[in-house]
Amino acid sequence: MKNSRKENFVKSTVRPFLRSLWSLTNRDLKKWYLAPVILIISLIQPVVWLGLFGKAFNFGSLFTGSAFNIPGLNLPQSVINTIGNTMLMNTFGTTSYFSFLAIGMLAFIVLFTSMFSGMSVVWDRRFGFLDKLLTTPVSRGSIVMGKILNSVIRALVQAGVVLIIAILLGMSLSYLSAGGIAITFGALFLLAFGMSSLFVLLALKSTDWQTVTAIANLLNLPLLFTSNAFFPIAAMPSWLQVIANVNPVSYAIDIGRSSMLGVASSMSITFEFAYLGAFAVVMAAISIVLSWKLLKG
Amino acid sequence: MTENNVIVVRNLSKVYGGKIKAVNKISFFIKRGEIFGFLGPNGAGKTTTIKMLTTLIAPTSGDARILGYSIKGDSSMVRASIGVVPQEFTADEDLTGFDNALLIADLYGIPRAIAKKRISDLMELVELNGAMNRKVSTYSGGMRRRLELAIGLVNHPKILFLDEPTLGLDVQTRAAVWRYIQKLKKDYNMTLFMTTHYLEEADSLCDRIAIIDRGRIIRIGSPNKLKAGIGGDIVSLSVNNDHEDLTDMLRKINGVVEVKRVGKDYRIKVKLAETLAPKLITAISAKGYQVTKLSMTKPTLDEAYLEYTGRSLREEETSTGDVMSQRRTLRLSRS
Repeated sequence: MKNSRKENFVKSTVRPFLRSLWSLTNRDLKKWYLAPVILIISLIQPVVWLGLFGKAFNFGSLFTGSAFNIPGLNLPQSVINTIGNTMLMNTFGTTSYFSFLAIGMLAFIVLFTSMFSGMSVVWDRRFGFLDKLLTTPVSRGSIVMGKILNSVIRALVQAGVVLIIAILLGMSLSYLSAGGIAITFGALFLLAFGMSSLFVLLALKSTDWQTVTAIANLLNLPLLFTSNAFFPIAAMPSWLQVIANVNPVSYAIDIGRSSMLGVASSMSITFEFAYLGAFAVVMAAISIVLSWKLLKG
Repeated sequence: MTENNVIVVRNLSKVYGGKIKAVNKISFFIKRGEIFGFLGPNGAGKTTTIKMLTTLIAPTSGDARILGYSIKGDSSMVRASIGVVPQEFTADEDLTGFDNALLIADLYGIPRAIAKKRISDLMELVELNGAMNRKVSTYSGGMRRRLELAIGLVNHPKILFLDEPTLGLDVQTRAAVWRYIQKLKKDYNMTLFMTTHYLEEADSLCDRIAIIDRGRIIRIGSPNKLKAGIGGDIVSLSVNNDHEDLTDMLRKINGVVEVKRVGKDYRIKVKLAETLAPKLITAISAKGYQVTKLSMTKPTLDEAYLEYTGRSLREEETSTGDVMSQRRTLRLSRS
């Protein structure tokens, strides 16, 4: 008796939910993978960031190589390099600033891809597609979840591309392992999930894509700059450290650096995962609950 | 509620911002297999009503039952049993017509194999089977409208809601859409609820019409009844005599409502022109005069409509979003 009720629940609720969820997600994904131009542009963007920004922002050259010496002391090159590497190691936890930045870029691309989840909600509302969806028996939650899932998948694919490019451009491989990559992408998944939920949430009621873009931009850069994407938290002024320490972006990057580069972390990876998980669940829950209320005319 | 009333609306109201009464306590019912038209000027409350009945927005007060399901309490049952063809073109431009329909079929939980067969049939009905594998962005306005209609039918609804189904369409497409609507009623005994502000559309398609203005229903009835309600037909005739006044004689004929004389021309308001005209001619001949000219005018729905809603132009209150979406619909319709 109990079993058949459970079966009924699966048949009448779970399966339709998953099916409509996948149909809605796939609809959005199709716009991406069936449009080669958009796909290529979205993949070029991380190349530009890593290749140009990552290589131009070369902290390592400040401390090592022939660029630096103290007049009158005439230190041998090897000593200078040792000093430089020690400084880099102490500050960034690795001697390769490019590798340090590459992990930051993974989070960066996740953040910026998530932003578009909100935009696509606004477009759907604008073009009446959302109204059409709302006249069908589909659950409001799966409309929202479809948007979130779509941008999570895009974000992770883009992050994968960034990682490959980073490796091609000389990211440190000495610590890299399949397990480390898996752990990092687990963290990026949670970050993408939470961020996409947040941006969907902001767009639920809006019919004006300009406002949504403005808000997203307003949030994205501060989220990036108050994280450890470019610079370690320990070297920040104390007031900024407070913000950086609640910023989920920092947590995902920290997990990535410790699992892929072996950078020592001040927090346990379990705690960091729990923090990101809680962020993702809370944001998704709020956007689903609000969707019941706000997805109306 | 009797078995035959598939839609029963009671005191349905929608108030925006605490004071703008978009829909003000309307009540009506729709019978099974009927084409019911909602006729009214822009901003009269047509779209608001259709949005409430299709569970897109919640009513402020009152309720409606669709096939016995309350739009407030059983909204998901309502959604499962109705089809909606909105005013806007809602199909996703980047997908093919077929994929659009398949997506909506998925949301209704229709098994894939059945959905594919059904969509091909529907595409044939709306004559899109040649174009259904093309992206919607390549469709003309008429094709888009036909696609919307096919998508609205994908769950084989018992009741189909059409919001301004022929807005901005060319004459051929409009005729085609009318043909489909009549076919749905005839072949599937489907009940159709449509809004329109095209009077000839309401006149030729609808079994019954509700004229709505400023959120209230002013008249409900068959097109003929509404037309009859404003007085009747006009018979205009000329007589080869202008010295004897025939007004009193004509007025006494049974069925004549009003007679106006200008010289030898008479303008006679009658109940039914076809049966009264011969009587008028006979009566005039009996006096020894001849009718030299005769014409009959039936009242149009236009006249009935203006009589009921008044002739003043409307200052509409509407949101920029609505204006933008209506402009987009019109622009795409003409492509």
